[in-house]
Amino acid sequence: MSHWIILPVVLPALMASVLVLALRHHLDLQRIFSIAGTVALAGLGVVLMAMAHDGTVSVYELGDWSAPFGIVLVLDRLSAMMLMLTAAIALVVVLYAVGSGWDARGQHFHALFQFQLMGISGAFLTGDLFNLFVFFEVLLIASYGLMIHGGGGRRLRAGVQYVIYNLLGSTLFLFALAILYAVTGTLNMADMAGRVGGITGGDTALLLVGAVLLLMVFAIKSALLPLHFWLPETYASAPAPVAALFAVMTKVGAYAVLRVDTLIFHSANDAMAALLSGLLLAAALATLAVGMIGILGATGLGRLAAFAVIGSMGTLFSAMAIFTQETAAATLYYMLHSTLAGALLFLVVDMVRERRAGGDAYRPAPAMAQGGLVTALYFGAAIAVAGMPPLSGFVGKLLILDAVRDAPLAWLIWTAILGGTLIAILGLAQGGSRIFWKLEAPADGAPPSGPAPAIALPAASAFVLLGAIVALTLFAGPVTSYLDNTAAQLYAPQTYISAVLGSDIEG
Amino acid sequence: MEALVALGIGTLTAAGIYLVLRRRTFPAILGIALLSYAVNVFLFASGRLMLNAPPVLIDKTGAGVYTDPLPQALVLTAIVISFGMTAVVVLLALGAYLSTRSDRMDMDNGPDAEEEAGQ
Repeated sequence: MSHWIILPVVLPALMASVLVLALRHHLDLQRIFSIAGTVALAGLGVVLMAMAHDGTVSVYELGDWSAPFGIVLVLDRLSAMMLMLTAAIALVVVLYAVGSGWDARGQHFHALFQFQLMGISGAFLTGDLFNLFVFFEVLLIASYGLMIHGGGGRRLRAGVQYVIYNLLGSTLFLFALAILYAVTGTLNMADMAGRVGGITGGDTALLLVGAVLLLMVFAIKSALLPLHFWLPETYASAPAPVAALFAVMTKVGAYAVLRVDTLIFHSANDAMAALLSGLLLAAALATLAVGMIGILGATGLGRLAAFAVIGSMGTLFSAMAIFTQETAAATLYYMLHSTLAGALLFLVVDMVRERRAGGDAYRPAPAMAQGGLVTALYFGAAIAVAGMPPLSGFVGKLLILDAVRDAPLAWLIWTAILGGTLIAILGLAQGGSRIFWKLEAPADGAPPSGPAPAIALPAASAFVLLGAIVALTLFAGPVTSYLDNTAAQLYAPQTYISAVLGSDIEG
Repeated sequence: MEALVALGIGTLTAAGIYLVLRRRTFPAILGIALLSYAVNVFLFASGRLMLNAPPVLIDKTGAGVYTDPLPQALVLTAIVISFGMTAVVVLLALGAYLSTRSDRMDMDNGPDAEEEAGQ
């Protein structure tokens, strides 16, 4: 049993405790520790990717209690990849937050940030549904603190909405877990996968209710229609670097749907698989439409970026909802891309807010300092988000369109994705031209351009994200072959189940 | 007994949902609290209702009467988490009330509000 698997949870937890207890008054030390901790997490991500690369499913039994009695952490290709993605985004975001001075605008930014990383890593690794609930709560409670970082009345009010919405989600999660436990008698995912097949009679209906409720909880997390109401206001009001990290948080919901469906519900019975797939597809197409129309109708860059996240979740789920191995691979590629692109867009939004006299609202304002660089970054981010060539959004959408070709409603998905892309291009072009081109002369006596904060580190971190998107495009071949293997592993859940349940014999 | 517990959970949930849908933060927080009570009882019932039985196996064959201990542990975790979350949301609502002098849940989307969000 390798102890590497628990380190992505333990390391941020320890780091956060040190930050909040010992270093609370030393911002410089906090920055050093937080960056070092995030670099170490990225290193762990590489190690875990290497461990999972050959297709082995590694299991870590907490307290050496064998499954299904104890809680297990499970590492497979998908978990390792999501961890690596989280660590990469986190590293960029923490560098940006330090470079732009966001971490100095309130207390405990770095401690909350590390707790958030702990929650996300745990959610990707756990093999137990109740433990997944606990890690969801960890990442949510840290996100509440991060969301209101820097204070301000509007941010606090948006925070109240966000917290109450998510508390309702948590309650729903517990209802779903209770139903599933009552029906199957277990909370271990692998064990449950083995038991759902044997459920007959009246319990099938209960199982279905539990599965749909669970799906609803994950839909809240991934902002699927009609449960997306929390997202635009939250993401637009949150500090933009935090919103960039939240781009990973919506993917936690997508990951959970993919994991739970492929492992537990997909093979349970056909009627159930068809129902879940149909519900998800309908929600995904509506989400896609609302997200893309929201991009066009936004009144500021912050809301534009928030709706871009919703639109990308819609695109992602419209492929995932088909639930075949091919669509899973395409979904995962788009997931990598949309996380990077969404984070990049939020960093650009923050650069605009920091420099432009009128904030990020669509109103004429004097030219901003360092405008050329920010404009260029926005141009890159917009191309990536819209999914135009030459960046990876294009490759991702192409893979999705190709993967859903044999699905019964392929024409509808094609129409929605292509139409949505067109609307998104219009919306992004409108946003860019109204923010960067529609200038007015500065008021008398005012300096010719707005404030010019330090740009070296913020721009560097944004360029790292852009570079990652370019790399994802250039190395699309190797990446997709890795993702094909990942999807194949997801759709052969027997390896996962026997790794978890059989490990008491080996160990 | 099952009917009584089910009625109790139903009433708590209905009251909780009604309160959460109110426009001010205080009733909404009360609603969240009621919902978390309801879900705790519901979790407890997921291990089947049993009277006067210990939460451990008494003889090793498993033949003796016992009540499922796992939901009790789950309820304990859920209580701790919902208690912490309620504290967070109370503080947040207080902060929002003190800095905007209003405890309404909805946002007013005027041009000034947009500007404030950008700062």
